[in-house]
Amino acid sequence: MNRIEKVFQNLHQHNEKAFVPYIMAGDGSLETLAEKITFLEKAGATAIEIGIPFSDPVADGPVIQQAGIRALEAGTTLRSVLAKVAEIRPIVHIPLIFMTYMNPIMAYGIGNFISEASKSGIDGLILPDVPLEEEEMIAPIADRAGIEIIRLVTLTSPLERISAIASKGKGFLYAVTVNGITGARKEFKDELGRHLEKVKDVSPIPVLAGFGISEPEHVKEMNQHCDGVIVGSKIIELFQSGELAKIEELIASSKIEEIKL
Amino acid sequence: MNAAYTLPDERGHFGEYGGRYVPETLMQAILELEEEYRKAQADEGFQEELQALLKDYVGRETPLYFAENLTKYTGGAKIYLKREDLNHTGAHKINNSLGQALLALRMGKRKVVAETGAGQHGVATATACALLNLECIIFMGEEDIKRQQLNVFRMELLGAKVVGVNSGSATLKDAVNEALRYWVTNVEDTHYILGSVMGPHPFPMIVRDFQSVIGNETKEQYHEKEGKLPDAVVACIGGGSNSMGMFYPFIKDESVRMIGVEAAGLGTDTEKHAASLTKGTPGVLHGALMYLLQDEHGQIQEAHSISAGLDYPGVGPEHSYLKDSGRAEYESITDDEALDALKLLCKMEGIIPALESSHAVAYALKLAPQMNKEEGLVVCLSGRGDKDVETVRARLGGNGE
Ligand SMILES: Cc1ncc(COP(=O)(O)O)c(C=O)c1O
Repeated sequence: MNRIEKVFQNLHQHNEKAFVPYIMAGDGSLETLAEKITFLEKAGATAIEIGIPFSDPVADGPVIQQAGIRALEAGTTLRSVLAKVAEIRPIVHIPLIFMTYMNPIMAYGIGNFISEASKSGIDGLILPDVPLEEEEMIAPIADRAGIEIIRLVTLTSPLERISAIASKGKGFLYAVTVNGITGARKEFKDELGRHLEKVKDVSPIPVLAGFGISEPEHVKEMNQHCDGVIVGSKIIELFQSGELAKIEELIASSKIEEIKL
Repeated sequence: MNAAYTLPDERGHFGEYGGRYVPETLMQAILELEEEYRKAQADEGFQEELQALLKDYVGRETPLYFAENLTKYTGGAKIYLKREDLNHTGAHKINNSLGQALLALRMGKRKVVAETGAGQHGVATATACALLNLECIIFMGEEDIKRQQLNVFRMELLGAKVVGVNSGSATLKDAVNEALRYWVTNVEDTHYILGSVMGPHPFPMIVRDFQSVIGNETKEQYHEKEGKLPDAVVACIGGGSNSMGMFYPFIKDESVRMIGVEAAGLGTDTEKHAASLTKGTPGVLHGALMYLLQDEHGQIQEAHSISAGLDYPGVGPEHSYLKDSGRAEYESITDDEALDALKLLCKMEGIIPALESSHAVAYALKLAPQMNKEEGLVVCLSGRGDKDVETVRARLGGNGE
């Protein structure tokens, strides 16, 4: 069983929610990656999404764009991230998930990338510019290597399509909570809770909400409707400003016990 | 390549190229667009409305003009110019903008977003939106805003909102990124009028089809004048829409050479060019698999050309396919060669071509002398040069010499 499936099984048994932070590899140099990952693990992260920078990230808002630019300026490449992750893997126990765009992977060679990511101990892969219609070129190869493709469903996906997407996955389903790109939001649509519940109804795998989540209140709110959250831009900002206690607080907000009746 | 050319396939692929590499949030919108487009194609009312606008509003058909002076000067094949520069708004871009604006109306979307490089597609889209009473927002790189001040003002006069883009190289590529981000955020009431044969399926097909009026007219007009098919058609390539519109009706006529001309900037042996087909490699950008200028790590590189409309580090998926299949040929022309061609066309024929189109003219000047006098070639004169006069003056120092 893949590491992702195992942690979710474990969470389920203990009736706990997932918290998956996103960081950009190479932001503040690759040398800080191990430090950030171990900090997040210790603070209680369920798994970690590691962004690999791309020059033209169309699904990302300003914060992740800027983090990507800093990483690229520091000379970060897919190759260097793979090597660094292989080095870190022995000291980290939670699942590590790559999030990047198709082009850096194509330039590296899809087969090579998957086999080296697998050797480095990567457990999952999120590709925001590869919908169901195009995943044939990479999903079967990832599957054979034991790397789980984490698929996204959105507010615009019809329920039938959500169901088709959810049934393909084994790890978890990434439910995008806004029409838009990554980046902290203040508020969400009123119907979001109902939408997440509908997604959960049709999904055989855990459903995590992501995009825009930035406050402990958001985390608690989302967790009433799904199995956990993914937080990106806010984590990047808090690392930038050195507010590590706030990161711990954000992660801790997902551990608060279920509201007792 | 033969009578069986039916690309793209039902998944929007041209061989390995094309596809729909977009965030899931956009999938529903592009599936709906495809469905609505297929209905519109079969709808006589829609076709008649578009034809009427192309005729009475755009001024089609555009002339196929025999450039006799230029032909004598080069001393080879007859050179014809397909005068897309005579369209309303001064370029071929309006053929697509109007068609897509009508599609937006059909889909009940009253807001439109678009990207622009030189400003030509932005002006054409702002024009179509003014005519059809659609709200219009245009993303444009800050670098291009500096280069094309007047076009920014034109768009604003036409009622569009122009938003400067500062990310990346602050040119066309970044304007597309920002337009896509805007579309993801506003997809429920907004249509994206993409300006070239690029982006996710069905855009490369839709834009090609709307631009095919260029090649269809050319074929008929050439036949009227010469009683046969031209031996070659030549067009410049930014994203590839005027060229695809010229080529597509000739794809099955294998005797017709189809030659696309990319911008070589300071030279294809330097790092300052926009020759994606000549020097690039396949990759995914802006929703499609196509030839791109990228480094070994898959990071997109900046393109360079004196003409803002060719300053794009990719070329639409159908051209990528036509290159690999060998059906079309791709050449490149430097900034200096394009400027020389612009000057020559001014003096010989009294036509100021757009800098983009000057690349096609420059290649025709090389090709015609290699062909014999009984043969003929058609250059797609995709736009007029008024927008470039300031750039050209800055380069030439004002005296035109
Ligand atoms: C006059 C003119 N020609 C050509 C182009 C290049 O675009 P495409 O290759 O899509 O025709 C542009 C783009 O702005 C243009 O304005």
